[in-house]
Amino acid sequence: MTWVVIAVVGAVTILFKASGPVLLGDRALPPRVAALVEVLAPAMLAALVVTQTVGGDRELVFDERLAGVAAGAIAVRLRAPLIVVMVVAATVAALIRLF
Amino acid sequence: MDTSRIRDGIRAGLPLALAPLLFGASFGLLAVDAGMGRLGAVAMSATTFAGSAQFAAASILDSGGGVAAAIVAALLLNARYVPLSLAVASIFPGSRKRRLLESQLIVDESWALSGRSGSFEYGILAGVGILLYVVWVGGTALGTVVGDLLDPEAIGVDAAFPALFLALLAPYLRSRRALATAIVAGTITLALLPFAPAGVPIVAASVACLIGLRR
Repeated sequence: MTWVVIAVVGAVTILFKASGPVLLGDRALPPRVAALVEVLAPAMLAALVVTQTVGGDRELVFDERLAGVAAGAIAVRLRAPLIVVMVVAATVAALIRLF
Repeated sequence: MDTSRIRDGIRAGLPLALAPLLFGASFGLLAVDAGMGRLGAVAMSATTFAGSAQFAAASILDSGGGVAAAIVAALLLNARYVPLSLAVASIFPGSRKRRLLESQLIVDESWALSGRSGSFEYGILAGVGILLYVVWVGGTALGTVVGDLLDPEAIGVDAAFPALFLALLAPYLRSRRALATAIVAGTITLALLPFAPAGVPIVAASVACLIGLRR
């Protein structure tokens, strides 16, 4: 029965990922839709940040991730390169876990 | 045609590649425990190519939670790929078949990095996506044989990714409209996280895009 899970999740995820490029890819979007799509990136990025920082299983979890991301935010503020931001966040979270 | 940008994308993805290797191996181990078998584990990584949904499905099967529950949980988590895919709809070149194939390279990280310059770039998305795909599927295969390589949490990888998305969000926030959208989207996500099944808050946050209609 696990193959049913693998097949269904795989097939539907392929459709999810293909939905934009396959269904919309050919045509120019109407201006109102284009205006929506334009702010999709900041909306989704903000949602990903929140989910991955404090998300749990139907609960908010405030743990070492939050401290790591806060340190990462300071690095962002100081215009550090992406890799530095990631290393700072990971290091802070890892160190707090260590002690 | 876009090969030099794809190479740039692969290079841009290199700093991210350790995480999918470690998480891929953890998934491989968990999937074998959950009764998927080695082949099943690798097949899922090769077709679904989305970490959180795969972990959710495998954990539910592992704890005896049933096929339907595993499918629903995984698909809710992956529903965010509809808005992510819509945002990059126009950047994929070529025939419909080619777009269907290459759109599978969309994962959170490749999608986010490809928008770094302010508009989405196909070469970067494809390059990062190809690299992460190979590492994810390879890491899964490795995990089914040797088990966990190293606990990703011990080295703080789980904090590195939200920090990466925050860094990629920052340049958008100079625009007032994008800032307002991000705040609303973040607030919706935060408000729904304690109640809604995993994955739903992110999809609901796309409602914040209605702010784009305001002039």
